[in-house]
Amino acid sequence: MAYFARRIGFFLLTLWGAVTLNFLIPRLSGGDPAQAILQRIAGKEARVDPAQLAAVRAMLGVPDEPLWRQYLDYLGNMASGNFGVSYTYFPYSVSEVIGEAVPWTIVLVGVTLVLSFAIGTLLGTWVAWRRGTTFDSVLTVTSAFVGTLPFFWIALVLIYVFAITLGWLPPSGGFSGLLEPAPTAAFVADAWPYFILPAAAIMITGPIGWLLGMRNNMVQSLGEDFARFGRAKGLSNRRLAIAYGARVAILPNVTGFALALGGLIGGTVLVEQTFNYPGTGRLLLEAVSNKDYPLMQTIFLFIAVGVLVANLVADVLYGVLDPRARRREAA
Amino acid sequence: MTAAALRPRARAPQWFTILWRNKKARFGMLLLLAFVLLALLAPVLAPYDPRDRSFAGGLPPSAEHWFGTTGKGYDVASQAIFGARTSLVIGLVAGAIATTISLLVGMTAGYLGGMVDEVLSFVTNLALVVPALPLMITLAAYVPGGGSEWMVIIVISITGWAGAARLKRAQILTLRNREYIQAARMAGDGTFHVIFREIAPNMTSLIVVGFIGAVGGAIGAEAGLAFLGIGNPDTISWGTMLYWANTDGALLTGAFARLVVPGLLLALLTTALTFVNFGVDALSNPHLREP
Repeated sequence: MAYFARRIGFFLLTLWGAVTLNFLIPRLSGGDPAQAILQRIAGKEARVDPAQLAAVRAMLGVPDEPLWRQYLDYLGNMASGNFGVSYTYFPYSVSEVIGEAVPWTIVLVGVTLVLSFAIGTLLGTWVAWRRGTTFDSVLTVTSAFVGTLPFFWIALVLIYVFAITLGWLPPSGGFSGLLEPAPTAAFVADAWPYFILPAAAIMITGPIGWLLGMRNNMVQSLGEDFARFGRAKGLSNRRLAIAYGARVAILPNVTGFALALGGLIGGTVLVEQTFNYPGTGRLLLEAVSNKDYPLMQTIFLFIAVGVLVANLVADVLYGVLDPRARRREAA
Repeated sequence: MTAAALRPRARAPQWFTILWRNKKARFGMLLLLAFVLLALLAPVLAPYDPRDRSFAGGLPPSAEHWFGTTGKGYDVASQAIFGARTSLVIGLVAGAIATTISLLVGMTAGYLGGMVDEVLSFVTNLALVVPALPLMITLAAYVPGGGSEWMVIIVISITGWAGAARLKRAQILTLRNREYIQAARMAGDGTFHVIFREIAPNMTSLIVVGFIGAVGGAIGAEAGLAFLGIGNPDTISWGTMLYWANTDGALLTGAFARLVVPGLLLALLTTALTFVNFGVDALSNPHLREP
C-alpha cells in the first residue's frame, strides 16, 4: 500500500506545483492583462483611460490585492472551476470555450496514444526477437532517422501529398460545418475524414520511442537466466518471446508512458495548429496570439493536469503489474 | 616488433579513436562537421544574401535559384544555408544552459541527499511531467522582450534540463559512496571540490551524452516554436522558413522545395547528433564498442 500512497502523494504535490506555477508565471513577468486588452481595444498608439482600466480590471478579475490574497483567491477559483472570462470570446467564460475544444484533443491524443503504444510495443517485440537480422538493423536505423523528423513537418508533407496533390482528404479543420458538433453517428461520419491526416501525422513518429525502448528491454530480458532456463526446458520460441521476454520488457515501457505523453502533447499542439484542428492546442496558440491570458493559462493548466492524471494512472498500473515495484518502495 | 613501433607516435587522443572506430559515430561526426562548415562558411557558400528580396516571388527551382524563391522574393537556398547558423547557435547555447542547470541540480541533489534531495527531486519530477511545448508557449507569451533569440534560448533551456538532471542524480548516488570519494572527503576536500573535481570527471560521458541530447532537443524546440510563429518571424532559421512556407500557402502553389529543404536539414542535423551519441555511449560502455 505504501507504493500507492506515495504515488498519490506525489500526484497531489505535483498538482499543487503545476497550479502554483501557473499562478506565478504571469506575475513574475510583470505584465498587466487588463492593460494588454485595453491596448488591444484602443490600438497600440492610444493612451488608456485609467477609469476604463479599472472597469476592465473589475470585469476580468485582476485585483489590486497583496500577492498572498491573490493566490488564495486563485486557488479558490481553480477549485470551484471559475477560470474567468475569455478576452477573445467575451462574454463566454473560459470554461465554455475550453469545453468545446477538449473533446477534440482527447480523441486525437487518446487514439494516437493507444495505437502508438500498441504498435510500438508489438514491433519492438518482433525486432528484438529477430535481432541481428537485416530486418532488425533496417527497422532500427530507419526509426532512429524518422524519429528526428519534426511533427509539424510530417503534417505539412501529408497535407501536400494527400490533401492538395491527391485530393483524397480535407487539408484542414475538424468537420465540414454542415452539422453541429454532437456525439452522434452522423457527426462522427462527417468528422472522420478530417481526423485521418492529423492522426497519421502523429502516428508516423508516435510508436518509435516505444519500439526502440521495447527492443532494448527485450534484448536484455531474453539474455537473462530465466529466459535461458526456459529455452533449456524446451519451450517454443513463441512462448519464450511472449511469456518470458515481452512480459518483463513491457514494464519499463509502461513507466515511459507519462513521459512519452508529454512529447505527444507537444506534437499534438503542432499538428493541431498545422491542420487547424479545433482542439486545445490550436486554442492555446490562438490565445497566445490574442494575448488572451485567462484562456491561455487555463489551457496550460488543463494540459498539465491531464498529463499528471495520466502519469498517476500509469504509475498505479505499474504497481499492479509489477509486485517488485511495490516491494522496493516498501523496503 | 621493432623499436620504431613501440615509440609513441603523435596520434589522436584515445576518446577520438574510439569514437572514430564506431561506424555510426563516424557517420554522425562527418555529418555534423558538414553542418558546422555550412554554418561557418555560409557567406561564401550561399549564392545570395538571405535578406535580399530583390528577386521575383515564387520562382521555381533553377540554376540561379537552386530551390526557387519564396513568396516574398528571398532565395530559398541562401536562407537554408544561413539557417544552419541559427539552429546550431541556439542549439549549442540552450543545450549548454540546460546541461549546466541539470548538472547543478542533479549533482547537488544526489550528493547532499536528505531534505535538499527531496526538494530538488520534486522540482525535477515536476519539470519532467509538465509538458514542455505548452509550457514553452505559455512562458514565451509572458517573457519580456518577446521575439528575441534570447527569449527562445531561455524558454528552451528552462524547460529542457529535467531528464538529464535525474540521470545525473542517479549516477552520483552510485559514485558518492566509493572509497576514493570517502578518502577525498577525509583528506578535507570541500563539497564543491569533491563534486566537481572528483565525481564529475567520472561522469564525463554521461554529461556529454546529455549535452548532445539537449542540443538536439533545443534545435527541435527552436524549429517548433519558430514554426508556430513564436519568437521573431524575421529570424532566418529552418523553422521560420517552414512558418512562412505554411502562411504563404507555398504548399498550394506546389513550391515543394520550400517544404522539403528545411525539414530534411533539420532531420539530418538531429540525426547527426543522435549518431555521435551512439559513439559517446560506447566510450563509457566497452560492450558497445565495435571491434
